[in-house]
Amino acid sequence: MSVSIAPQEAGAVTTAPATRSTPPRRRRTDRKEWLWAALFVAPLLFGVLVFYIWPIIRNAYFSFTTWGVFGGATWSGLSNYQAMLADPSFWRSIVNTLVYIGFLLIGIPLAVVFASLMNRPGLRFATLYRTAFFLPYVAMPAAVAMVWRIIFNGDFGVINYTLSLVGIKGPNWLSTEWFALIAVGLVGMWISLGFNLIVLSAGMKGIPPEMYEASSLDGASRMRQFFSITVPLLSPSIFFVSVMTVITGFQLFDLLYALMGTQNPAINQTQSMVYLFFAHQQTGDNGYAAAVGMAILLLVGVFTIIQFRMQKRWVTYV
Amino acid sequence: MRKALLAAGAAVAAAALLAGCSSNTGSGSGATADHNLSASISYAFWDVNQKPAMEALIKDFNKEYPNIKVTTQVTPYQNYFTKLQTQGSSKTLPDVFWMNGPNFQLYASNGLLEPVGSGIDPANYPKALNELYSYDGKQYGAPKDFDTIGVFYNKAVFDKAGVAYPTADWTWDEFHQKAKEISDKLKADGVYGVASGLSGGQEVYYNTILQAGGEIISSDGKKSGYDSAASIKGLQFVRDLVADGSSPTPSQLSDTPQDQWFINSKSAMIWSGTWLNAELLASPIKDTIALAPLPKGEKQATVIHGLANVVAKDSKNKAAAVAFQNYLGGKQAAETQAEMGAANPAFNGTQDAFVKTAPWDLNIFEKAAADYAYPYPISKNTAAWNKAENDLLPDAFSGKRPVADVAKDLAKQMNADLAKE
Repeated sequence: MSVSIAPQEAGAVTTAPATRSTPPRRRRTDRKEWLWAALFVAPLLFGVLVFYIWPIIRNAYFSFTTWGVFGGATWSGLSNYQAMLADPSFWRSIVNTLVYIGFLLIGIPLAVVFASLMNRPGLRFATLYRTAFFLPYVAMPAAVAMVWRIIFNGDFGVINYTLSLVGIKGPNWLSTEWFALIAVGLVGMWISLGFNLIVLSAGMKGIPPEMYEASSLDGASRMRQFFSITVPLLSPSIFFVSVMTVITGFQLFDLLYALMGTQNPAINQTQSMVYLFFAHQQTGDNGYAAAVGMAILLLVGVFTIIQFRMQKRWVTYV
Repeated sequence: MRKALLAAGAAVAAAALLAGCSSNTGSGSGATADHNLSASISYAFWDVNQKPAMEALIKDFNKEYPNIKVTTQVTPYQNYFTKLQTQGSSKTLPDVFWMNGPNFQLYASNGLLEPVGSGIDPANYPKALNELYSYDGKQYGAPKDFDTIGVFYNKAVFDKAGVAYPTADWTWDEFHQKAKEISDKLKADGVYGVASGLSGGQEVYYNTILQAGGEIISSDGKKSGYDSAASIKGLQFVRDLVADGSSPTPSQLSDTPQDQWFINSKSAMIWSGTWLNAELLASPIKDTIALAPLPKGEKQATVIHGLANVVAKDSKNKAAAVAFQNYLGGKQAAETQAEMGAANPAFNGTQDAFVKTAPWDLNIFEKAAADYAYPYPISKNTAAWNKAENDLLPDAFSGKRPVADVAKDLAKQMNADLAKE
């Protein structure tokens, strides 16, 4: 983009001496530049406006209405929000979503460890490992869920069969309160590992090898190197990954839906905020669903701001 | 109750007939549409298994109306009504589409459907179905097929447990005894006496509530019936099956669906409907399956549900759409569906072809429809209280909370939902 603007600037410079004393001309050049910039950004901006900003504004409006199945929204003030705040399943959905995010966050330190193991010089089958870890991330959540459903099956699943060998009767993982949330959290952690690994591996490639050489000359152990060089220098990547993790965690829906299904006896105690949104939309309660949508937006905003505030304490930019 | 139902059905039928007559003078709903009619219409449904049959019907329809082009739109059931809602909001519904009981009144009450014309004679279908698809005295749907509930059982599992087969006049107690005995004797193999769908009432608990003399919803559709003593008794029967291990728990049934238990010989019986027929015919236990009527509680009862073909009010080619609906509601279309094993047709007297598709006695379903069937419970926004059922009842069946408490909470929630309609 800057390349295509350059000739214009050159032209402006050549005509500049004649009109140096007249600032308006200069402003027009600015405007021209601005126009070009806007022109290039416009398609993307248009998309963002139409598909993101406008729906958010509409959603905000609808959250103050009673909106039936076939449209016809009527203004109802704060009633959706009142109903939402008084609804125990709303609060439960926040708890569930946060627990799920907790699982994903536990996955980040794991990803750092795996990434540093995979980046050891001379590791055999490095590509194979990378593919193996990344595959779950690119696979369809629905397909992944199908496999995990079988693994988690209470009567015929591999996990409970293994447990039965040591005399433990495993629970119905995907249809028992709390256990279902743990199961969904574990699968979510496993899926997100791939993405985190790729980002963190890229970050590690940016750490100068001399640092490791110098530190090993000074007698630092591998462990010491990991905590004193790898982790601090990787902290910008870790920060990026954790911000992304929290945002995607709040969006939990498809994995939960595919793992548990709508008819699950434990779904009420396990549903995420986005699931709650869809559940109310399905029963023709669109205004309430819109209010839940606003709550999700608010929470994502708050958590992201907190993370950006806190980064000053632990993220090292070199 | 039964007499009242019949009377209501007859009244509805008469009203629909009158409506049909009067619409003859209106725009193009007449029975004798112009066979040279040239138009292009869309036909939406959800069951991909029935697609070949639907295409065969279109082909036959085109023999009568060669210039009407019918395009099919298949959407999986999970998304079907979500899509229809969006289309309904923007007045772009398909010209003709499948409708089911729980969703019907929502569309009819919002004025999105066209009443059937004189080309559809309600006398040709079971009364419960005409009633299911009537709203404010007008019939909107041409019944397509129907299903009632029976008990499929696997003779091999009964033999293994040394338990006598069910009889046609068995009772709740006999059913429970057999289920318990099989569960006990085959415990080492992890086999249960019965495994049936407990999410959604059609397969089990709507039936047991009706058999106990209760009701799910009052006949005017304004009040929940869940808190009556009889309804609670019907739910308690289901709880008792789970409690003593005659049936897997709701959690187990969520992990492994009921049909999988049955087909893999891990359960001896399953309460289910005509729709299971095709799956059982293709199953490894095909040769040892038999069918029995539902056991009797206070009385014999089953819910009857069926699909209907409806025409969109805003259809741009209404004459063509009505002509197609009329064809689909006719005898020939019913026979085609039955012969292709697609569904148990709703048109009276055409079920024989369907009955012949299986070695077990499918007549039991037909007999149930004729003798002791009750309409599937619905209201204007059935989805709202169906959600309440799914939210609350698992706690009752799993024994987490007493059945009576859950039933009372459910009635309260359902009444609140009904008040909003």
